[in-house]
Amino acid sequence: MTKEKYLNFILITYLIFIFVFIFTPIAFSVIFSFNSQRFPTIPLGNFSLEWYFKIFNDPGVWQAAINSVIVSVVTCILATFLGFCTAYSDYRYRFKFKGLYLALVLLPPTIPLIILALAMLAWLSKIGMSGQLWSIICAHSVLTAPFAMAIIRLRLNQIDPDLESAAWNLGGSEWATMRYVILPYCKPAIISSLCLTAAVSFDEFAISWFVSGLNKTVPVIILEIVQGNIDPQVNAIGTFVFFTSMTLVITAQIFFLTWQMKGKNK
Amino acid sequence: MKPTKNNLNIYSLTFRLPIIIWQLIFFVGPVLFMVAMSFFLVKNYRMTEAFEFINWTKMFSKNYFWDSYWFTIIIAGTSTVFTMLIAFPASFTLAFKVSDNIRRWAIFMLIIPFFTSYLVRTFSWYVILAEKGVINALFSYLDLGPFKMLNTHIGTLVGYMTLTLPLVIILQTVTMANIDRNLIEAAYNLGCKPKSIIQRVIIPLSKTGFIIAAVFCFILSFGDFVAPFYLGGSQEPTLPILILDTTKSGQQWPRAAVVAIVMMITLFSIAFIGIMTAYSKSFKK
Repeated sequence: MTKEKYLNFILITYLIFIFVFIFTPIAFSVIFSFNSQRFPTIPLGNFSLEWYFKIFNDPGVWQAAINSVIVSVVTCILATFLGFCTAYSDYRYRFKFKGLYLALVLLPPTIPLIILALAMLAWLSKIGMSGQLWSIICAHSVLTAPFAMAIIRLRLNQIDPDLESAAWNLGGSEWATMRYVILPYCKPAIISSLCLTAAVSFDEFAISWFVSGLNKTVPVIILEIVQGNIDPQVNAIGTFVFFTSMTLVITAQIFFLTWQMKGKNK
Repeated sequence: MKPTKNNLNIYSLTFRLPIIIWQLIFFVGPVLFMVAMSFFLVKNYRMTEAFEFINWTKMFSKNYFWDSYWFTIIIAGTSTVFTMLIAFPASFTLAFKVSDNIRRWAIFMLIIPFFTSYLVRTFSWYVILAEKGVINALFSYLDLGPFKMLNTHIGTLVGYMTLTLPLVIILQTVTMANIDRNLIEAAYNLGCKPKSIIQRVIIPLSKTGFIIAAVFCFILSFGDFVAPFYLGGSQEPTLPILILDTTKSGQQWPRAAVVAIVMMITLFSIAFIGIMTAYSKSFKK
């Protein structure tokens, strides 16, 4: 028995070590953003808000932040709309080539971003759409719609199979049933999907970098600063990025888990 | 209610069509155009539409292309093996040694970094691994080092793991947590030692999930340019870096398209083999 306890202790320690490895870069980025050293290391330098002042006074960073917010807000709405339509079609109908249909929707996230970025750049230049915020939004919605589809599809799985037909029998049209039964039922999944797709779009840098042209988003700015040399400004920007995307991902998960639990208790 | 069969009316098409149109314009279009572009010509820095095989023959005759190809496969493969091995004890602990509640929390915590700025996390590693960075500063207290970690394969591997480790742990944990506990107990009661329970019960039962985890890990590492570029030093360019250089500095989009297509074919073949192996029946139920 003692041998097993000893083994368990080693395993738990190992697990904690792995979590430390995963969260180390996030922690240090935040710590270093308040650190006065030009090349951050330990022992830490003085506490300083220098890097925050620097980014607050940089109009380029502001513009990028605005661009990023626009891109991720529009993307999350578009992707969630597309994801909802697809999830509902999959839930409700059988039709020819459904496998192909689903593959078409779910494939993009399995293709390396750099390849999608090159394809998007070439194609959008060809059809005269490159270099605008719209170009990033279109590309991001393709990338994130599958996440929206997956989340909403899981919610539709939990619907009482008779609910929709009951609404029809009571005289509701298909559209009214969608409006008053299906959509309200999917609300938590829709919120979860909005947050998650916004987070993915907010963090995406490869496609944005290729197709954005002069309309840079925050990750593109980071990519450009990092290419020069070590600049602790990145930690300050990164702290905001972490804060934003973590909030979005946590919110997405809380909504997701809440209805998952409720579904199980039913 | 079972899925209704194929009734084409305005209602059903309203939900079915948007994604088809959208994916045709912004996914199928770009990918097909990229394939077509690999046959275009570049003259005086301008791309002209054509159907020539010159980009393909040029790229395939270059040694640096093949060096880079095999290097990318080897380093992404190595990274996959290491990540799977490093993740396993952690996933094993989460699946069997902790309560359901802690497991849920752990997965909750692991999902957060997977969707949180990979770019900033990599840059953070750059600072931590640097010659005067945190890790070497810690070593210097022990009178060790400094060790060179940046611009080495170790740097690249750390970067890849930053991207893939959370996902691999999640997939492995979920797979193992879903194994029927009775099977493990039965093996134990029949006198099976813990080591052979892992080898002969847990791993065979988790085969599908493990292969899927490995395939995802490989795809992510194979396609990533940030880790080999910033942490690995890019002296030995991987294929993604080759695409980047060819597109950004060389204006040689058609050649970059050749590299991209070769990458896609490679990935699809590996994913196909992986999935076939994952779902093949190695034992009868």
